[in-house]
Amino acid sequence: MSFDRPRRLRSAHAGLTAHGEPWVWLTAGSLATAIAMIVGLLSLIAARGAATFWPVPLEQFELADGRRLLGEVTGREAAVPGGEGREARPERMLLRTAGFAENGSNFEWIDVAAVRATSRPEWATVFERLEGSRMHGIPLRLMHGEETVAEGPAAVWKAYEKDHPAARRRWRQALRIDREDRGELQRRLRAARLAVVQARLDAGAGSDAERRAAEAEAQVQEAVAEETRRLDERTAGLREENAGWAVEFETASGSVTSVPLDGVVRAWQPNRLGLAGRLGVYASRWGEFLADDPREANSAGGVFPAIWGTVTMTLIMALLVAPFGVLAALYLREYATSGPVVAAVRIAINNLAGVPSIVYGAFGLGFFCYGLGAGIDELFFKASLVADRQPVFGTGGLLWASLTLALLTLPVVIVATEEALAAVPNSMREGSYACGAGKWQTIRRIVLPRALPGIMTGLILAMARGAGEVAPLMLVGVKKLALDLPVDGTFPFVHPEREFMHLAYLIYDVGFQSADSQAAQPLVFTITFLLVAIIALLNLAAVWLRARLRRRYAAQTF
Amino acid sequence: MQAATKPEAQPAGEPPPADRLVAVAGGFEVESEVHESVQAERPVLEIDRFNLWYGSKQALHRITMPIPNAKVTALVGPSGCGKSTLLRSVNRLNDLVRNVRITGDMRLNGDSIYDPRMDVIELRKRMGMVFQKPNPFPMSIYENVVYALRIDGESNRGVLDEVCEISLRGAALWDEVKDRLQDSALGLSGGQQQRLCIARAIAAEPEVLLLDEPCSALDPIATGKIEDLIQELRGRYSVLMVTHNMQQASRTSDYTAFMYLGRLIEYGATPDIFTKPVLRETEAYVTGRFG
Repeated sequence: MSFDRPRRLRSAHAGLTAHGEPWVWLTAGSLATAIAMIVGLLSLIAARGAATFWPVPLEQFELADGRRLLGEVTGREAAVPGGEGREARPERMLLRTAGFAENGSNFEWIDVAAVRATSRPEWATVFERLEGSRMHGIPLRLMHGEETVAEGPAAVWKAYEKDHPAARRRWRQALRIDREDRGELQRRLRAARLAVVQARLDAGAGSDAERRAAEAEAQVQEAVAEETRRLDERTAGLREENAGWAVEFETASGSVTSVPLDGVVRAWQPNRLGLAGRLGVYASRWGEFLADDPREANSAGGVFPAIWGTVTMTLIMALLVAPFGVLAALYLREYATSGPVVAAVRIAINNLAGVPSIVYGAFGLGFFCYGLGAGIDELFFKASLVADRQPVFGTGGLLWASLTLALLTLPVVIVATEEALAAVPNSMREGSYACGAGKWQTIRRIVLPRALPGIMTGLILAMARGAGEVAPLMLVGVKKLALDLPVDGTFPFVHPEREFMHLAYLIYDVGFQSADSQAAQPLVFTITFLLVAIIALLNLAAVWLRARLRRRYAAQTF
Repeated sequence: MQAATKPEAQPAGEPPPADRLVAVAGGFEVESEVHESVQAERPVLEIDRFNLWYGSKQALHRITMPIPNAKVTALVGPSGCGKSTLLRSVNRLNDLVRNVRITGDMRLNGDSIYDPRMDVIELRKRMGMVFQKPNPFPMSIYENVVYALRIDGESNRGVLDEVCEISLRGAALWDEVKDRLQDSALGLSGGQQQRLCIARAIAAEPEVLLLDEPCSALDPIATGKIEDLIQELRGRYSVLMVTHNMQQASRTSDYTAFMYLGRLIEYGATPDIFTKPVLRETEAYVTGRFG
């Protein structure tokens, strides 16, 4: 063997694997695919969700069979040629006729070939009614009792714009009295009645305490009756003023419908509206959606209770899960001696993340509602149980739902916190110990601040997961309709036992449980859009907080 | 005088090789060569027949050495010879490591460190330690320096301010950071961070200051500053320092101990160790012919 010439052991050529372009393409492609799917989904939701409330022109079609239809064109389908076992289908379009009151359907497919004439009647009006679905028509008369206040589309519209706001204001006032003031009276009555039952339970039937409570109840009943008479007068006065006011309009088929003026939530004439007018209607419909209670089995009106319920539940869940998860992770990472037991616990926690959420719901119902809640009722709310057979905490409610979701998101927080704690360099801990700090001092002053951004990341993930859950919530406190907010202005302000509404459940309810799913579809998109926006907002808040913390504890290498 | 070292677990039959390092490598126990000059000093810390095992592996073998008061003592030796382990045993940081077993004892100004009644937190409050890699805490420069006082619950601003200034001056960092005490300590350069760690260690007036290769992660200029600082600390603090760097040991320390495979081989005044060591094994190491 000679060393005269170096032997060539390696190829002079650097191949594709060395440069690795395919891997760049593969990784970049994966990322691009993921982004495309996420962005696609979000833009679909955003576009459809945001378009729901935009006022679309009303078009009138005269068909070959002599029928006349007035509505919004919501979809078109191209012609399908026949053959190969397929039936030929002509070009057709979907018209939102809002004719439920007349013929039981809100939508109608019409054959484009059968359209004789198309027009956009100037005075075509959309009436959103308080009871019953919306209707399309042309205003005829504004009536006050037997008297005709205005006649003809233009005059009626002018009078409507003048009188409608006042009528609605009176209606809202009456509603507020009915709901809030009368609700308060009902609560007082019930409290007094339960006090009597409680006194009987505590001191026995016929005792002094019971007699005193009964006297107090009689006083309350008297005061409430007095107050009720006063409220009756006020609401009767308000309703009296509104009575008789009605707007009459003619639908496309020629029939005349009369709607009480205060029963019109909103009316607009899309064919007459300019851009500013359209924006006004759009904003007004969004305003109602965000701030009002739902109507018509959640298919119309607003979703405010659901927004409120979602936000409060998510925040309470975060408040519950954060300390629990962080403390548990602290013990696992900082105190527990690593060994088979800790490994088993860690595996168990990771497995918890894979348990179907409905199982958590069932657990929450069984343990929190029927176990803990029933126990609390037995101890503190016996009267309600005895007198009304009505559990207070022994049924689904905000607290139990938050706790159930806290349990559901606990693994996320524990795992993220453990990762964050593990990422704190040991040299920090040793430095602190060397200064004479104890374990807890080191954790509190050095380890936790360093790990805080990572812990926040876990909390963000947990909040996103929790806010989007539906299945367990159906079992532990979310209801189709619950207008009493779990956090409101009546003492004691937070009512953890109350049932509540939730946007994610609303999506399920409106999308799959409503009578007319076609009419509900746009609303489903809007609710989804809103839910995603709320989760994004909550997350943005947390991200902002994390960025602030990170700046404070920024790790800088030298 | 020589510390008595009882031979244990020697291979039977054969006499130990003449070269002590070879003997150590062969599993023989050897006696430490501790100079008279060390014994004459008043010790701040006495290490007494100290053995330490990681699991079944013995890392320190019967180390007996006094650390003189108000002097700088350097521990030198090849990697893995137990210098850092010995240093971390002084403030019982090895307690945190699993499967560590020790016998023997150390005494800090007469108090037994490994006495079961000794509270490890109280013990550590009497010492300061600086690590290989600067480890400033994720907080402001000011809070880093007064950390030890903070955990003791000191909140008097005047006391804290005074300690902060004295310590930073003591660590030769005051002039560089006095205008940005509230800035994050993580924004300092590596050398400044290490001097900050020294300030933090001397803030509580430690009885002994432990330096674990304080310059190994620093560039030459920062190293020079730290070495100057160690010179200044001499006389005011008792310093026990681990170093890899022979020049550093000879420049900065009063006493030098040479360790090999968990044994103390030779220990004496630095000039003696570097110029006229008793053992030729030590001479071989300090002159770079071995290790």
